[in-house]
Formats: sequence, C-alpha cells, structure tokens
Amino acid sequence: MQRRHFLDHSAKIMLASHAGIGLLGMPLAGLAQSGTASTFAKSATRDRVLILVELKGGNDSLNTVIPYANPIYAQLRPTIGIKQDEVLRIDSQQGLHPSLAPLLPVWEKNELAIVQGVGYPDPNLSHFRSIDIWNTASKSKEYLSDGWVARALHTSPQGTSGKDFTSEGVLVGINEQGPLAGADAVSLRQTETFVNQSRLAMPSELVGNASLQHILGVERAIVEAANGLRGEKYSFKTEFPNGGFGQSVQAAAQIVAGQRGKAGVPVIVLSLGSFDTHINQPGNHANLLKQLGEGLAALRGALQEVGAWDRTLVMTYSEFGRRARQNQSNGTDHGTAASHFVMGGAVRGGLIGKAPDLSRLDSSQNLVYTTDFRQMQATVAKGWWGVNPEAVVRGQFDQLPLLRA
Amino acid sequence: MQFLNESDARHLLVRTGFTPSQTELLPFVGMSAEAAIDRILQGSRQNKTQQPIPSFVSSSTFTPQGQLKTQEERQEQRRVQILEGVEIKQWWLWEMLTTTNPLAERMTLFWHNHFATSQQKVVRSMAMWNQHQLLRTNAMGSFAVMLRGIVRDPAMLIYLDNINSSWQSPNENLARELFELFTLGEASTGGDYTEQDIKESARALTGYSVDGDTGAFMFRPRLRDPGSKRILGSSGLLDGEGVIDIILKQPQTARYIVTKLWLEFVSPLPNATVVAKAADVFRQSGYDVSAALRVLLLSDDFWATSNRGSLIKSPIDLLVGVARQFQFAISQPDVLVNRSAGLGQNLLMPPNVKGWPGGALWINATTLLERKRTTEQIFSIGNNMNASSLGMSFDRERFLNQYGATVEREPDAIAKQKLASAMFATAQPSHAVPAGTVGSAYIRALTLDPVFQLK
Repeated sequence: MQRRHFLDHSAKIMLASHAGIGLLGMPLAGLAQSGTASTFAKSATRDRVLILVELKGGNDSLNTVIPYANPIYAQLRPTIGIKQDEVLRIDSQQGLHPSLAPLLPVWEKNELAIVQGVGYPDPNLSHFRSIDIWNTASKSKEYLSDGWVARALHTSPQGTSGKDFTSEGVLVGINEQGPLAGADAVSLRQTETFVNQSRLAMPSELVGNASLQHILGVERAIVEAANGLRGEKYSFKTEFPNGGFGQSVQAAAQIVAGQRGKAGVPVIVLSLGSFDTHINQPGNHANLLKQLGEGLAALRGALQEVGAWDRTLVMTYSEFGRRARQNQSNGTDHGTAASHFVMGGAVRGGLIGKAPDLSRLDSSQNLVYTTDFRQMQATVAKGWWGVNPEAVVRGQFDQLPLLRA
Repeated sequence: MQFLNESDARHLLVRTGFTPSQTELLPFVGMSAEAAIDRILQGSRQNKTQQPIPSFVSSSTFTPQGQLKTQEERQEQRRVQILEGVEIKQWWLWEMLTTTNPLAERMTLFWHNHFATSQQKVVRSMAMWNQHQLLRTNAMGSFAVMLRGIVRDPAMLIYLDNINSSWQSPNENLARELFELFTLGEASTGGDYTEQDIKESARALTGYSVDGDTGAFMFRPRLRDPGSKRILGSSGLLDGEGVIDIILKQPQTARYIVTKLWLEFVSPLPNATVVAKAADVFRQSGYDVSAALRVLLLSDDFWATSNRGSLIKSPIDLLVGVARQFQFAISQPDVLVNRSAGLGQNLLMPPNVKGWPGGALWINATTLLERKRTTEQIFSIGNNMNASSLGMSFDRERFLNQYGATVEREPDAIAKQKLASAMFATAQPSHAVPAGTVGSAYIRALTLDPVFQLK
C-alpha cells in the first residue's frame, strides 16, 4: 500500500516549512540521488514561459480536431458533426473546426503540434475528479494534493525558490490553484487589481511555529509577485479579441512583456469555457473555439512582438473529451481521450501520436486513449525545463517529439 | 493546570468550537480544566439543533436520472437538487453560528471531512441531508455505529460507486477508502493490509445498494457475492457488517482515528504516547468519540504554550469565529456559505474523498488575500451605520468597551493588550497597528495580521 506515500511525504514537508522553499532539497521521489542538475534555475531555461490553457468542462475533441475522412465519424455525429466541406483540412484524415481558422497560419509555420488521443487508464468521468487527476498527475485511483507544475518547479537539487522568480506562477481568472497547487503562485484577473490588493499582505521576519512560517512565506510571495508585476503597461500593436478569454490572453501577454530582465513568471494558467456541451452543442462550441483560436493567435502575435515567442510554450488541457456518439439533445456527454494543442516558437509542429480508433470504443462507449497526458507533462518537464520528469509525473512516461532539437 | 485563566479558557473554546465571545468565555474562567472539558463534552453529546429544518426535507422529490427523458429535464433536476443542498449548507451554518454546543458542530464537520462525500456526484439532496444527520447524531457518540451506518449510507454508496458493484465485477472504491481513509489509514500512517484484503472486502460489500425510487438503502441479493472471503486473516461468508467487525478489531483503527483527532484539536505533530493512550481508551470504550477526545483535551500537549496558535484556521473557523466572537447580526447566511467556498471550503462539496487537505494547504496567495479582503470588508463599517457591505453588523461600542476601548479613540496600551489576547492565539500580533488607528479600524487592522489566521 504505497500508492499515497508520496503525497503524505510532501504534505508533511509542506506543513513543516513554508511555501516555495518547503519542497526544496528534500528527497522527493528518489530525485535527490539521481543527481540530475536542474537547468531550471540556470539561464538556459529560467526565462522560459509555459502558458497552460484549461478548456474547462471537457472539450469535444472529435469536433475540434476532426477525423473527417472516417465514415464512422459521420455516423456518430449525424446532426452535430462538422460537414466535410467545412472542415479545415490539415491532412488526408484530420482537419480543424472552422472556428479555428486563426490557428492555420501557426500550423503552416510548423509551430502548432496536435497531440492526439490524450487520456489515461481507468478514466474517471467526473469533471472534478478528472481535472484533479490531470492537475496532480495522479493515477486514476490516487489522490494527490500538489500540482504537477509545482512538483516540476520544486524538482531541483539546487532549488529555484519563489525568491528567484517574480512568482512561481500566475493563474488568470481562476481561483483554484490547479496544476500550481503547492507552488508560490498567485491568481489574478487583472495585474493592476492584484498589485493593488497586495497592500493587504503583511510580510514579517518574525520567527514562529511552522504554521506561522508558512503564512509569512505566503505573505512574502504576494509582495514579491506584486513588486515584479508592478510597472508600466506595454502597448501592444497586436489586437486582442473582445471577451473574457481575450482579456486573459492580454493579461498573460502583459505579464510576459513586463518580465523582461527579471527571472519572471515561469508559468501562466488561463482558462476558457464551459465546454460542457450536453445540449445544443454546435453554436456554443463554435463560439468557444473561435475565442480559443483568436485568443491563441493574438497571444502569438503579442509574444512575437516582444520577442518572447521562442521561449514560450502554450499547451491546452481539459478534464476529458466527450462521448463519441452524440446524445439526444444535440450535444455530447462526458468522455475520455481528446486531442490537445501545443504551440510556440520552439515547437515542432505536426500531428503527434495516433488518433483513437472510432471503431473500438471502451465499455462506456468512449474513445480509448493513445497518449497518456503524463507524457505531455513529462515532455515539458524534461524538454522544456530540463528537470527529471519522473519526479514530476511519478513514473516513467515516454517523451513526445514536441520540441525542436 | 488547575484552574483556567482567560487565555486558557479561550484556547479551550476556540479549539473545541469557534472563537468565543467574551460572554461565552467568562463562565469558563476559574473552572478546573477537567470540569470545563466535561461540561463541553456533555453539552455537545446532548446537543439539539436550533433552526427549523429546511423545508425541502418534507417535500423533496427525485426521479432516477434514467427515467428522465431529456437532458434538459436531467439538468433541471440537478439544479433543483443542488439548490436544496445550498439550503442544507445555510441551515448548517446557522447552527454553527447559534449553537450553544459548538463542539457538536465542529465534530459534525470533522466527520463530514473524514467521510467526505460530495453532492457534485451524489446530486440527491435528501441523501446528503440523511448522511449529515447520520454524522451529526453520532458525532460525539459511537464511531462504530457511525461506521456501520456509513457502509449503508446511500450518499456514500453512490459517491463511492457501490450501488452497481456486483459479484461479477466488484467495485473496489468503497472497500479501498474504507481501509485507507476511514479506518486503518494508508501504509505510511500504519495501515497494514494488502490489495487482496481490499478485493475481498469489495466482494463482501456487493449488494449494498440504493433504491433508485426512494433513495433508501437497499440490499440487492442478486448483486451479492455469496462466497467465502478472507479479510485481514479472518474468513467467512462475510458481508459489509462482517468487514466492519474485522476492522473494529484492529488496534490500528483506534490509533488512526485518534491521530486525526489530534491533528484537528491539538497540533500538527502527534505525540505517540498520548495517541496510544487515547487509542486504548477509545477502543475499550467501544469507540466512544468523546472518551478519546477527553484524553486528548486533558493532555499536557493540548495546553502547552508551544501548541497554542499552532493550527491554521479553516475558512469555517475564520468566518464563524469572527461572527461569534464579535456577535455579528447576520442578514444573509448565504454570504458566509459562499465566502467559505471561495476560501476553499465548500460545505457538502469537499474536493475529493480525501476531504479538505487543510493545515498549511488552506493558505496560498489567493486564499490569504481573499481571507484578508473578507475580514476587511466585514469590518469596513461606515461612520454612521453598523452594517458592512456583507450585510453583517455588530455593536462596536459594546465590543470595544469590554476591553476598555471605545469607538472614537485609539485603544490605550492596556486595551491593546486585551484586544490582542482576545484576537490572537499567541496574544501577540506580528505587526503593530499604525498609531492613531481608532475603533473598528483598529479591529480591522488586527484581522489583517498573519497571526489572525492561527488558532
């Protein structure tokens, strides 16, 4: 019965010391003896940015990256399927939803990778539970409290404490810490508001019990993040789309632009949705994908403007995809595997992995995953940050060819 | 310690309930620790709820999802059930705000966290209500009775997927959590069992299901695995009751529960000797929760200066504590329910079956700022009115007068020390309030201090 041992270990460390420094230098998951020197704290990767985009509610992947040439697709989706002549074809089998047209130039530049059939064994169909599994990189029946990104940030023998960064992460418009749970992350809607609210923080050099030390560590993290985020707004030439996601993208671009010359913010999390399209999916889904496509295209434009695109990796994720066969209400129910986007100046574009076999569904009539989501996370850990992926995803997962050599 | 001074009495009341008002505190000052503890334990065992039962309890209906034809109908039913769940939360919060036996509410919340079940999955509001009553009724009584109730509790059977568990394919969720979270704990905390024990227990629990129409417990003989099972060395034609019998014979069960009680009531670092002693008492009393708690509360560790202020307030501790200590009049309890959810503790919707991880994990940059924004708002009271923007009001003059302070003036040194003792577990803020701060602004400033998050 070892399956929760790790959690307990790290939870105790969390209790025993304050955030940010808490996990550093501790013998986590055998990493200490591996001797892998993290490059995270060194110049090569420390200015790299990961922007995670959560497609909240479970995105209908089959109508996002569409196996248009497969006759089974049309059978599964008699009324909500995207017509062959509307699909934006990217090869002889697959194409994008027409709302994703803004991503075509990115695809053509080979800066967009599409990872197909991403999921995990023994899938859970609950929104809450499944996003937990993704966020913590846990097994299906395992409950962890620290996020995979937090583990990556703290996976370094030398340490990259919160002190090295403006903030270990910023979540835009999201209250739960998600993949950053356990990190010195802050959440904000607008940078200005956060900086303003940071007046409430009361850091102190007082020494007290472990609980007080933890709180004081968080007080300091707020002040440091606010200091790093304060500053003049960059005037982008790029236009950001209207709406909540456009604003989030703009906030993210502002943070990256404002961090030049600083250790910066290594991780930004954005969210779009709800993609929980049980009813009348077509219009809603088209609108969401339009926001996604336009938002990501603007993000690219803005980060190119400030010369940060080559050091930025953008990655979508979602708790699950949706049921292969549409339901009676012109919608789709909770499903399993889904395709996800990875983009950036350093990305090797193309279709990655295998599309799930539409003729072989699982016992709940869901797609069978072909790529484990932890492969994506392990690839970010090793390929993007140069840290030992096993400590991050807690096991061995094959790397994906997402990045240019 | 022989007799309780104000600070001892406050420590006892904060830890066994919520931050007390001065009125609530004074009767305990001068009592012996033992008398005070026994009074609290006894009161909470006999607790009667204060508020009228939510109206939906007599009228709620639920149609099994499969019998609803359209997705729209299913979503509408879900919406109504969740709204009824909100009524339970508000009712419960009122109980916490008004109870004369706060330990009864604290322990009900403790068991809700221990047998964590979320309405997000269960949906049925009546199942949540009934589970809440099971926990409430036994919160200070027999853990054994509660545990037997839990394996037949419809909300739990739905939450942990036992309703369709059958001899052909036993679902291991309930069996696994029964061992790992509810009784023995995982290996790292002393649980000593195998995957095989879980598999066999899952077989024993087959047939424990729910009547879809009434929502009541239903034993389904056709799902049941009639064969012999071997669990933790005992064999027989065991059912769920049999599994519980075996679990309750394990000394580890008492140790595991008592350790959790320690973390809730005493400090983040259990003292193995005291835990062992309390576990023995717990087991020998037939799993009487109040007997175990009594040992912990009487221990030197509970009273040790080094353990005062060693725990972090949960969102409920913070909000209910502020409301009770300052004797706030509250016009909209839903505000507090929602704030608690925003701070990470959404009653009836714990994040997963492990419950709220709590402790240091309550506090991150987002929740800390949100906690401060909340108390700042609660205490931002206009000059001419007593109500804050959250619809909460309290008698500032009366509160301050208790400590020799007034609304118009900055408290003097003695009043400052009295206020600090009343508001901080360590009797000392980490920051001095800027000179010239008067009245409720002074209180507001104190609630922003990091030490205010400790209990």
